[in-house]
Amino acid sequence: MIPLPQELVDAQARIEDIAHEFGLTFFPVVFEMVDYKQMNALAAYGGFPTRYPHWRFGMEYQHLSKSYEYGLHKIYEMVINNDPTYAYLLEGNTMMDQKLVMAHVYGHADFFYNNMFFAHTIRKMVDEMANHATRIRRYQDRYGIERVEKFIDACLSVEDLIDPNSVFQSEARTPAPSEQAAPEPAADGIGRLPAEPYMDRYVNPPEYLEAQRKKVAEAQEREQRFPSRPERDVLGFLMEHAPLENWERDILGIIREEAYYFLPQRQTKVMNEGWASYWHSKIMTQRVLTDSEIIDYADHHSGTVATSPGKLNPYKLGLELMRDIEQRWNRGQFGPEWDSCDDLAERANWDRKLGLGRAKIFEVRRLHSDATFLDEFLTPEFCQEQKLFVSEENQRTGKTVVATREFEQVKQALLFNFTNGGRPVIELTDANHDNRSELLLAHRHVGIDLRDDWAREVLESLVRIWKRPVRIDTTGGGKRIRLGHDGKSASETHLDERAAS
Amino acid sequence: MHRIQSDANRFRQIVRGKVREELRKHLGSQELIGRQGKQVVSIPIPQLELPHFAHDPGGRGVGQGEGDGEGQGQKAGDKPGKHLLEAEFTVEELAQLLGEALELPRIEPKGKQEMEAQKSQYTGIAPVGPESLRHFKRSYRKALKRQIATGTYDPKRPRVTIARGDRMYRTSKKKPLPQTNAVTIYVMDVSGSMGSEQKELVRTESFWLDAWIKSHYPSLKTVYIVHDAHAKEVDRETFFRIRESGGTVISSAYDLALRIMAERFPPEDWNLYLFHFTDGENYSRQDTARCMDMLNKKILPQLNLFGYGQVESYGTSGDFYDALHKEFPDDERVALSRIPNRNSIMDSIKTILGRGR
Repeated sequence: MIPLPQELVDAQARIEDIAHEFGLTFFPVVFEMVDYKQMNALAAYGGFPTRYPHWRFGMEYQHLSKSYEYGLHKIYEMVINNDPTYAYLLEGNTMMDQKLVMAHVYGHADFFYNNMFFAHTIRKMVDEMANHATRIRRYQDRYGIERVEKFIDACLSVEDLIDPNSVFQSEARTPAPSEQAAPEPAADGIGRLPAEPYMDRYVNPPEYLEAQRKKVAEAQEREQRFPSRPERDVLGFLMEHAPLENWERDILGIIREEAYYFLPQRQTKVMNEGWASYWHSKIMTQRVLTDSEIIDYADHHSGTVATSPGKLNPYKLGLELMRDIEQRWNRGQFGPEWDSCDDLAERANWDRKLGLGRAKIFEVRRLHSDATFLDEFLTPEFCQEQKLFVSEENQRTGKTVVATREFEQVKQALLFNFTNGGRPVIELTDANHDNRSELLLAHRHVGIDLRDDWAREVLESLVRIWKRPVRIDTTGGGKRIRLGHDGKSASETHLDERAAS
Repeated sequence: MHRIQSDANRFRQIVRGKVREELRKHLGSQELIGRQGKQVVSIPIPQLELPHFAHDPGGRGVGQGEGDGEGQGQKAGDKPGKHLLEAEFTVEELAQLLGEALELPRIEPKGKQEMEAQKSQYTGIAPVGPESLRHFKRSYRKALKRQIATGTYDPKRPRVTIARGDRMYRTSKKKPLPQTNAVTIYVMDVSGSMGSEQKELVRTESFWLDAWIKSHYPSLKTVYIVHDAHAKEVDRETFFRIRESGGTVISSAYDLALRIMAERFPPEDWNLYLFHFTDGENYSRQDTARCMDMLNKKILPQLNLFGYGQVESYGTSGDFYDALHKEFPDDERVALSRIPNRNSIMDSIKTILGRGR
């Protein structure tokens, strides 16, 4: 690392003071100056100087290096959620760039510190990652690079099978009330309603008794199932129950811990970048920029928030939505009065001079993730102003064209992209399927099928961990199907047909 | 940051492994042929990915902006499976991969005699020489020494003047460089029965033979001979392009090869390789008998290896292979193989180079 030149040390002190004045709060921020090779390496490692050895980092590095050499990209800044918050500056950037990056980084640092989705993340992750690396290196020495690597590959294939709502649950998974005390069924095993004998025929007619009997039987079956309720944290379940060697269990734990650490960053990409861009723009244009730097700043900033066809720029979307919220709350464009007003002219000139905007966006950055942020604050006016649209591939021509600019559809498509990180929702429903210790997963189908070839490979990886056949229920081509893998070959059965036969 | 380097190396190793697995497929690739040594060849392999449960990409997405004009229809991600990774290899590395995939033994150069080549290196220093080679530091030091010795050096005003006699120059020294010399002679039958497809087979196979042998002898020389009823020496371009027609007299080629060896590559100084590609149809029994005699008495004693590849044209197969097989059933120096189609190139290479001679 190159020590930070005095000029930048001064700039940092100044920008930090300004950030404090604006009300941003954060862990101490440490800037480090790196050259482009180190920057690429750090980026390949997800910002951490020490990660466990794995080929995918090397692949990422090679890719980054090559595209840097060809001038396709340049990483200006990187910041990691840690206490202290580490951020990297690229050596050789102009002074203006460095100041812009610093201002941007303080935005991120504040977001990490305050957003509730980050509340449970490990704040000593730099140390933790280094520990992971040491442990995995030790396993590699003892069990062989290839063996350990194969197992890591298998774990990485399922690393996204964790519970994104874990933020709202306490650390220990306590059984739900229904599990703690299941109501004892009545003596005859049926919930018969109390009635005088002469009325019994009418109060408890045969159809009702039949339905009750079914219900009780189902409840009993559910009781015996393991896990008793569908489990989103598949990794956690495997860690506790899969027949693994100790080193394998440890590696699975490492992958899971890192997955949970990175999860909130995936969940808040738009907000995080929007928030940081909001603050770099505020700090730079109002306080830091000198006259001579303004053109370069404008150039750099417009590059950051530029939109390109077919790709949604999270910087742009987040920044604009933050500003929109600020303006709406400043002018009082919210609440029942606003909602019920349908006079367009009145709405356009609506201004209650409340000045609540700044306070509101601070609250938003604390309480929301991308999905709720967009769900709550996306308005038809915003959609129109920002020219959002849904694109769709034309089946005939193979070209991607604008399908619609209609608000509801745009919002739905956006929410789909940001719910569960745009990944399919998978649950573990049965760990003793068919009473043969086979693993059964279920895909909550929401209109889009699973990618078939990958699904099979993931199942194979799961067999590597679970050691017994693994299956997943999903829908493919409109039919309910069950994909499976037994470690040797993949299988596919149609659920409806099987039930019919 | 050496850590990332070891991850990058590991990644490269994996890519190498993937290429090696599919080398048979890439072996026939036309793109490779004609490259040499340090030149880089890129081989497309499927992108290495860690699969996870994902939605089938349906082509639906959200965008921002006008949504028309240039660039429309450029989707962020293309269809899966289309991603290709370009793995870059030099021809030397490819030869190494070939060696690993076919488990080829390293070539043992024949005999002990090593040719002494000489190489100039500018390691010496001399008081005379061209100005462009002046060694400033040494000249300065000499001038400084002289001034101190004569007492004209003043530490308070440290000015050193380099006089004519102080000047020192870099000079070259001859360094002997042990080297083993090798020459491969390619002989190809270009009679009317050899079609362009057969030549393509020969071309591909000789490229790989060349690459492998070259990785053992850095200063490999190559001679190309074509023959129908007469033989002549040609350059590389012509060797692969030429199309003659007429009968086939194989002995004419062996005659020429012998003459070239005698004139330019005496076997005591050279490791000699002779590769002969033909469809195996010779003009007459007598000539075949003559060939066997020449091989036995004159050619083979001089060679490290005689490789014979018989391509098949229009389903017919000549009998020269059988004649050779009968004459040299288990001679170490003779490697016989048939190359009926593109897929058998690997096996043929393995047969010819599998002896490590």
